[in-house]
Amino acid sequence: MSIPADLKYTPSHEWVRVEADGTLTVGITHHAQDLLGDMVFIENPAVGRTLAKGEECAVVESVKAASDVYAPVAGEVVAANGDVESSPESVNQDAYGAWMFKLKPANPADVGELLDAAAYQKLVESEAH
Amino acid sequence: MLKQTPLNATHRELGAKMVDFGGWDMPVNYGSQIEEHHVVRSSCGLFDVSHMLPLDIRGANVRAFLRRLVANNVDKLQVSGKALYSCMLNEAGGVIDDLIIYFMDESWFRLVVNAGTAEKDLAWMEKCNADWGMGLTLTPRRDLAMIAIQGPDATRVLNEALPGVDQITASLKPFNAAAMGEMFIARTGYTGEDGFEVMVLAKSAPFFWKALMEAGGKPIGLGARDTLRLEAGMNLYGQDMDETTSPLESGLAWTVDLKTERDFVGRQALEASEVTRQLAGLVLLDKGVLRSHQKVFTKNGEGEITSGTFSPTMQQSIALARIPLGIAPGEEVEVEIRDKKLKAKVVKHPFVRNGKIMI
Repeated sequence: MSIPADLKYTPSHEWVRVEADGTLTVGITHHAQDLLGDMVFIENPAVGRTLAKGEECAVVESVKAASDVYAPVAGEVVAANGDVESSPESVNQDAYGAWMFKLKPANPADVGELLDAAAYQKLVESEAH
Repeated sequence: MLKQTPLNATHRELGAKMVDFGGWDMPVNYGSQIEEHHVVRSSCGLFDVSHMLPLDIRGANVRAFLRRLVANNVDKLQVSGKALYSCMLNEAGGVIDDLIIYFMDESWFRLVVNAGTAEKDLAWMEKCNADWGMGLTLTPRRDLAMIAIQGPDATRVLNEALPGVDQITASLKPFNAAAMGEMFIARTGYTGEDGFEVMVLAKSAPFFWKALMEAGGKPIGLGARDTLRLEAGMNLYGQDMDETTSPLESGLAWTVDLKTERDFVGRQALEASEVTRQLAGLVLLDKGVLRSHQKVFTKNGEGEITSGTFSPTMQQSIALARIPLGIAPGEEVEVEIRDKKLKAKVVKHPFVRNGKIMI
């Protein structure tokens, strides 16, 4: 199980990296890609879109199923990774390298509500039972 | 408690990802579903399909029983070993199950039915056997394991794993089977490739599976089985047809014999019914993935996707959809995916056959 200690997480299996400039880089966790299997289609939110916390904003589809990706906090989309849209399998190969979009949080303090690695690990373990 | 096939421990040794598949603990993949899919199209894959049920029907009246029980005509089966695909219908013309019937001799036919419907099928057949006074013996063969060996290299892999079997495989035509003691070798499958479905005694299955792997066969999970069968344009029971739909609206008119006078269960209902829908192939022109239950909008009204997936061979999304009659291959339709209407094209299926893209 790969859960990097320097990232933050959501209960809906997104990972979040807080960048030096305060923006958030978002992707789906290794655990999530493992559950979904081979990725075949990814659709990111449009740059400039304003998201509410928990809003459905992107879609990842594996051969098996479609899954929504949710905004970890409220904010504005400031970048979307076109590379993962053209190579969805990169999420399977490197879930933490294949980021999906970047968010400028509406309120930087919201980041404090995200799970740390230990809490996310517990969540994954509890879901496995 | 999930049911296990005789190969359950073998799958676990191989590191398969196991899932609850209709009450059976089955391998969905052994790593990558897409890689497994390509293995079957390019070389040889092995599937554990022991959750399906072989069923032996014995007695003097088997042929008479089956002439009445199923929609296809078992009188097409005159040579020992010949197989027939058919639907078994209820009185309303809905599909109780689809199955393969192997004719072995006049007092022995073997059927293979779907895993999820096995108990329902057996109860229905026993009822018909009793109601019609046929006096047959129906024997579920859970003592057998069934392994599908599929792909362009299937014959070589089977010949190598089972020395001497080439005497059978060399002359075994597609959709025919041969029995050798308890071993049963059928040249059938569900992938659109050449291949075999081999039944062996359950206790021999792990050894046989390993011999097939030694000969170059690769384990394939049920995930790839679904993308392969959909590319091959084959129906899946419970998705593309069920008890509420007619085979005539499920792309299976070719299996329903209305030419002879034979009276079979469901015939009257089929003849009285009006066919207004068809099962068509779809290819998504926009980006996304087609899935079952998505709505299809055509110039003649709405339809619904019954099976949809991403095709690893074609690298685009394909589907089977039940749509109104009068929509021809080549025409464009729209599919609603998450509140957006995306463009798709109606095509003839199969999509892929013997490794080649057909559309």
